[in-house]
Amino acid sequence: MGLILDMIGGLLLVSGASFLLFGGLGLVRMPDIFNRIQAGAKTTTLGTLLTLAGAACLQPAWGLKLLLIGVFLIFTNPVSAQVLANAAHRRGTQKTPLTKVDHLAEDRGDKS
Amino acid sequence: MVDVLVTLAAIIAGVAFLLALVRFLLGPTRLDRVVAFDVLTVIAITFIVLAALIEGRGIYLDVALVYALLSFLGVIAVARYLEGRD
Amino acid sequence: MNTVMFAISVLLAVAMIGAAFITILAKRPATAMLAAGLVSLFASVLFLFMAAPDVAMTEAAIGSGLTTFLFFFVLGRVRGGRS
Repeated sequence: MGLILDMIGGLLLVSGASFLLFGGLGLVRMPDIFNRIQAGAKTTTLGTLLTLAGAACLQPAWGLKLLLIGVFLIFTNPVSAQVLANAAHRRGTQKTPLTKVDHLAEDRGDKS
Repeated sequence: MVDVLVTLAAIIAGVAFLLALVRFLLGPTRLDRVVAFDVLTVIAITFIVLAALIEGRGIYLDVALVYALLSFLGVIAVARYLEGRD
Repeated sequence: MNTVMFAISVLLAVAMIGAAFITILAKRPATAMLAAGLVSLFASVLFLFMAAPDVAMTEAAIGSGLTTFLFFFVLGRVRGGRS
Protein backbone atom coordinates (compact mmCIF):
# COMPACT_ATOMS: atom_id res chain seq x y z
CA MET A 1 0.00 0.00 0.00
CA GLY A 2 2.80 2.39 0.90
CA LEU A 3 4.66 1.59 -2.30
CA ILE A 4 1.64 2.37 -4.46
CA LEU A 5 1.10 5.66 -2.63
CA ASP A 6 4.77 6.54 -3.14
CA MET A 7 4.53 5.81 -6.85
CA ILE A 8 1.39 7.95 -7.17
CA GLY A 9 3.14 10.77 -5.30
CA GLY A 10 6.20 10.60 -7.55
CA LEU A 11 4.10 10.63 -10.71
CA LEU A 12 2.12 13.61 -9.39
CA LEU A 13 5.41 15.42 -8.72
CA VAL A 14 6.65 14.79 -12.25
CA SER A 15 3.35 15.85 -13.83
CA GLY A 16 3.26 19.05 -11.75
CA ALA A 17 6.81 19.89 -12.81
CA SER A 18 5.83 19.22 -16.44
CA PHE A 19 3.00 21.74 -16.10
CA LEU A 20 5.54 24.25 -14.81
CA LEU A 21 7.69 23.50 -17.87
CA PHE A 22 4.73 24.12 -20.18
CA GLY A 23 4.09 27.38 -18.36
CA GLY A 24 7.67 28.49 -18.92
CA LEU A 25 7.45 27.47 -22.56
CA GLY A 26 4.25 29.47 -23.02
CA LEU A 27 5.85 32.42 -21.26
CA VAL A 28 8.65 32.42 -23.83
CA ARG A 29 6.66 31.56 -26.95
CA MET A 30 3.43 33.57 -26.60
CA PRO A 31 3.24 36.73 -28.72
CA ASP A 32 1.39 39.05 -26.39
CA ILE A 33 1.38 40.08 -22.75
CA PHE A 34 -2.18 38.90 -22.14
CA ASN A 35 -1.37 35.47 -23.53
CA ARG A 36 1.76 35.43 -21.41
CA ILE A 37 -0.18 36.26 -18.26
CA GLN A 38 -2.66 33.51 -19.07
CA ALA A 39 0.05 30.92 -19.73
CA GLY A 40 2.01 31.96 -16.69
CA ALA A 41 -0.82 32.07 -14.18
CA LYS A 42 -2.93 29.04 -15.05
CA THR A 43 -0.22 26.47 -15.64
CA THR A 44 1.84 27.44 -12.63
CA THR A 45 -1.19 27.30 -10.35
CA LEU A 46 -2.10 23.79 -11.50
CA GLY A 47 1.52 22.64 -11.55
CA THR A 48 2.21 23.80 -8.01
CA LEU A 49 -1.04 22.28 -6.74
CA LEU A 50 -0.09 18.93 -8.32
CA THR A 51 3.38 19.15 -6.79
CA LEU A 52 1.89 19.85 -3.36
CA ALA A 53 -0.47 16.87 -3.78
CA GLY A 54 2.47 14.65 -4.70
CA ALA A 55 4.42 15.81 -1.65
CA ALA A 56 1.37 15.10 0.50
CA CYS A 57 1.26 11.57 -0.91
CA LEU A 58 4.95 11.03 -0.20
CA GLN A 59 4.89 12.49 3.33
CA PRO A 60 1.34 12.30 4.71
CA ALA A 61 2.38 13.92 8.01
CA TRP A 62 2.92 17.28 6.25
CA GLY A 63 -0.60 17.32 4.86
CA LEU A 64 -1.93 20.29 6.82
CA LYS A 65 0.93 22.64 5.91
CA LEU A 66 0.79 21.62 2.26
CA LEU A 67 -2.97 22.16 2.22
CA LEU A 68 -2.46 25.63 3.71
CA ILE A 69 0.11 26.52 1.03
CA GLY A 70 -2.31 25.30 -1.64
CA VAL A 71 -5.16 27.37 -0.25
CA PHE A 72 -2.98 30.50 -0.19
CA LEU A 73 -1.89 29.84 -3.78
CA ILE A 74 -5.47 29.42 -4.93
CA PHE A 75 -6.38 32.71 -3.28
CA THR A 76 -3.42 34.83 -4.37
CA ASN A 77 -2.30 33.62 -7.80
CA PRO A 78 -5.45 34.43 -9.84
CA VAL A 79 -5.79 37.77 -8.08
CA SER A 80 -2.28 38.82 -9.06
CA ALA A 81 -2.87 37.67 -12.65
CA GLN A 82 -6.10 39.65 -12.84
CA VAL A 83 -4.49 42.79 -11.42
CA LEU A 84 -1.64 42.49 -13.91
CA ALA A 85 -3.99 42.04 -16.86
CA ASN A 86 -6.06 45.01 -15.71
CA ALA A 87 -2.95 47.18 -15.49
CA ALA A 88 -1.80 46.07 -18.95
CA HIS A 89 -5.20 46.84 -20.45
CA ARG A 90 -5.39 50.21 -18.75
CA ARG A 91 -1.98 51.17 -20.04
CA GLY A 92 -3.12 50.32 -23.56
CA THR A 93 -0.46 47.70 -24.14
CA GLN A 94 0.02 46.52 -27.72
CA LYS A 95 -2.20 43.52 -28.48
CA THR A 96 -1.30 40.86 -31.00
CA PRO A 97 -2.97 41.31 -34.43
CA LEU A 98 -4.71 37.96 -33.95
CA THR A 99 -6.97 39.48 -31.30
CA LYS A 100 -10.56 39.28 -32.51
CA VAL A 101 -12.64 40.77 -29.69
CA ASP A 102 -12.04 43.00 -26.69
CA HIS A 103 -15.12 43.10 -24.50
CA LEU A 104 -13.50 45.21 -21.78
CA ALA A 105 -12.73 48.04 -24.20
CA GLU A 106 -16.30 47.86 -25.56
CA ASP A 107 -17.73 48.10 -22.04
CA ARG A 108 -15.48 51.04 -21.16
CA GLY A 109 -16.46 52.75 -24.40
CA ASP A 110 -20.15 52.36 -23.62
CA LYS A 111 -19.80 53.82 -20.16
CA SER A 112 -17.82 56.92 -20.96
CA MET B 1 12.40 4.58 -7.56
CA VAL B 2 10.77 7.54 -5.85
CA ASP B 3 14.14 9.28 -5.63
CA VAL B 4 14.48 9.04 -9.41
CA LEU B 5 11.05 10.62 -9.87
CA VAL B 6 11.85 13.44 -7.44
CA THR B 7 15.13 14.06 -9.27
CA LEU B 8 13.31 14.13 -12.61
CA ALA B 9 10.77 16.62 -11.23
CA ALA B 10 13.61 18.85 -9.97
CA ILE B 11 15.31 18.79 -13.39
CA ILE B 12 12.06 19.67 -15.21
CA ALA B 13 11.39 22.50 -12.75
CA GLY B 14 14.95 23.74 -13.36
CA VAL B 15 14.29 23.92 -17.11
CA ALA B 16 11.07 25.83 -16.45
CA PHE B 17 13.07 28.19 -14.21
CA LEU B 18 15.51 28.83 -17.08
CA LEU B 19 12.67 29.58 -19.50
CA ALA B 20 11.05 32.08 -17.13
CA LEU B 21 14.47 33.67 -16.61
CA VAL B 22 14.81 34.10 -20.39
CA ARG B 23 11.51 35.96 -20.42
CA PHE B 24 12.74 38.17 -17.58
CA LEU B 25 15.93 38.94 -19.49
CA LEU B 26 14.36 39.92 -22.81
CA GLY B 27 10.88 41.05 -21.80
CA PRO B 28 10.07 44.05 -23.96
CA THR B 29 7.90 45.87 -21.45
CA ARG B 30 8.07 46.07 -17.68
CA LEU B 31 4.83 44.14 -17.26
CA ASP B 32 6.43 41.15 -19.00
CA ARG B 33 9.13 41.26 -16.37
CA VAL B 34 6.52 41.37 -13.62
CA VAL B 35 4.83 38.27 -15.07
CA ALA B 36 8.19 36.50 -15.20
CA PHE B 37 8.83 37.54 -11.57
CA ASP B 38 5.52 36.00 -10.52
CA VAL B 39 6.25 32.74 -12.33
CA LEU B 40 9.76 32.62 -10.84
CA THR B 41 8.31 32.98 -7.35
CA VAL B 42 5.93 30.09 -7.91
CA ILE B 43 8.77 27.93 -9.30
CA ALA B 44 10.80 28.83 -6.20
CA ILE B 45 7.93 27.47 -4.07
CA THR B 46 8.19 24.21 -6.03
CA PHE B 47 11.95 24.14 -5.43
CA ILE B 48 11.39 24.59 -1.71
CA VAL B 49 8.87 21.74 -1.57
CA LEU B 50 11.24 19.47 -3.51
CA ALA B 51 14.11 20.39 -1.18
CA ALA B 52 11.93 19.57 1.82
CA LEU B 53 11.17 16.18 0.24
CA ILE B 54 14.82 15.44 -0.51
CA GLU B 55 16.11 16.46 2.91
CA GLY B 56 13.10 15.10 4.74
CA ARG B 57 12.68 18.18 6.94
CA GLY B 58 9.17 19.56 7.30
CA ILE B 59 10.34 22.89 8.71
CA TYR B 60 11.33 23.97 5.19
CA LEU B 61 7.67 24.25 4.24
CA ASP B 62 7.25 27.33 6.45
CA VAL B 63 9.39 29.29 3.99
CA ALA B 64 7.11 28.19 1.15
CA LEU B 65 4.16 29.39 3.23
CA VAL B 66 5.75 32.82 3.63
CA TYR B 67 6.36 32.97 -0.12
CA ALA B 68 2.78 32.01 -0.97
CA LEU B 69 1.59 34.85 1.26
CA LEU B 70 4.05 37.59 0.34
CA SER B 71 4.82 37.23 -3.37
CA PHE B 72 1.32 38.47 -4.02
CA LEU B 73 1.96 41.75 -2.17
CA GLY B 74 4.90 42.71 -4.35
CA VAL B 75 3.07 41.94 -7.59
CA ILE B 76 0.04 43.97 -6.47
CA ALA B 77 2.27 46.95 -5.61
CA VAL B 78 4.04 46.79 -8.98
CA ALA B 79 0.76 46.56 -10.86
CA ARG B 80 -0.70 49.50 -8.96
CA TYR B 81 2.39 51.56 -9.74
CA LEU B 82 2.40 50.71 -13.45
CA GLU B 83 -1.35 51.25 -13.73
CA GLY B 84 -1.41 54.70 -12.19
CA ARG B 85 1.16 56.14 -14.54
CA ASP B 86 -0.04 56.62 -18.10
CA MET C 1 23.46 18.17 0.05
CA ASN C 2 22.24 16.09 -2.85
CA THR C 3 23.68 16.25 -6.37
CA VAL C 4 20.43 17.62 -7.77
CA MET C 5 20.26 20.26 -5.07
CA PHE C 6 23.86 21.20 -5.81
CA ALA C 7 23.02 21.64 -9.50
CA ILE C 8 20.01 23.79 -8.68
CA SER C 9 22.17 25.82 -6.26
CA VAL C 10 24.69 26.52 -9.04
CA LEU C 11 21.84 27.53 -11.35
CA LEU C 12 20.43 29.85 -8.68
CA ALA C 13 23.83 31.41 -7.99
CA VAL C 14 24.44 32.14 -11.67
CA ALA C 15 20.94 33.59 -12.03
CA MET C 16 21.58 35.70 -8.93
CA ILE C 17 24.71 37.22 -10.46
CA GLY C 18 22.80 37.93 -13.68
CA ALA C 19 19.96 39.61 -11.78
CA ALA C 20 22.47 41.72 -9.86
CA PHE C 21 23.95 42.91 -13.16
CA ILE C 22 20.47 43.77 -14.42
CA THR C 23 19.94 45.77 -11.22
CA ILE C 24 23.04 47.82 -11.92
CA LEU C 25 22.61 48.27 -15.66
CA ALA C 26 18.85 48.81 -15.96
CA LYS C 27 17.66 52.09 -17.46
CA ARG C 28 14.36 52.32 -15.63
CA PRO C 29 13.92 52.19 -11.84
CA ALA C 30 11.06 49.68 -12.01
CA THR C 31 13.21 47.10 -13.79
CA ALA C 32 16.04 47.62 -11.32
CA MET C 33 13.71 47.13 -8.35
CA LEU C 34 12.24 43.97 -9.84
CA ALA C 35 15.73 42.58 -10.42
CA ALA C 36 16.68 43.45 -6.83
CA GLY C 37 13.64 41.51 -5.62
CA LEU C 38 14.77 38.62 -7.79
CA VAL C 39 18.25 38.66 -6.22
CA SER C 40 16.62 38.50 -2.80
CA LEU C 41 14.39 35.60 -3.89
CA PHE C 42 17.30 33.53 -5.17
CA ALA C 43 19.34 34.34 -2.05
CA SER C 44 16.48 33.11 0.10
CA VAL C 45 16.24 29.78 -1.75
CA LEU C 46 20.02 29.41 -1.50
CA PHE C 47 19.90 30.00 2.26
CA LEU C 48 17.26 27.30 2.46
CA PHE C 49 19.40 24.86 0.49
CA MET C 50 22.24 25.51 2.92
CA ALA C 51 19.97 24.30 5.73
CA ALA C 52 19.13 27.65 7.31
CA PRO C 53 15.33 27.89 7.19
CA ASP C 54 15.06 30.77 9.69
CA VAL C 55 17.43 33.00 7.71
CA ALA C 56 15.58 32.04 4.53
CA MET C 57 12.25 32.97 6.08
CA THR C 58 13.53 36.38 7.19
CA GLU C 59 15.02 37.03 3.77
CA ALA C 60 11.76 36.01 2.07
CA ALA C 61 9.61 38.22 4.27
CA ILE C 62 11.80 41.30 4.43
CA GLY C 63 13.94 41.20 1.31
CA SER C 64 11.66 39.77 -1.30
CA GLY C 65 8.23 40.78 -0.06
CA LEU C 66 8.39 43.93 1.99
CA THR C 67 11.25 45.73 0.26
CA THR C 68 9.72 45.37 -3.21
CA PHE C 69 6.36 46.53 -1.90
CA LEU C 70 7.93 49.50 -0.10
CA PHE C 71 10.02 50.56 -3.10
CA PHE C 72 7.07 50.59 -5.45
CA PHE C 73 4.78 52.26 -2.92
CA VAL C 74 7.27 55.09 -2.39
CA LEU C 75 7.96 55.41 -6.12
CA GLY C 76 4.23 55.74 -6.81
CA ARG C 77 3.95 58.41 -4.10
CA VAL C 78 6.86 60.39 -5.50
CA ARG C 79 5.56 60.32 -9.05
CA GLY C 80 2.06 61.22 -7.88
CA GLY C 81 3.31 64.20 -5.88
CA ARG C 82 5.35 65.63 -8.71
CA SER C 83 2.78 65.57 -11.50
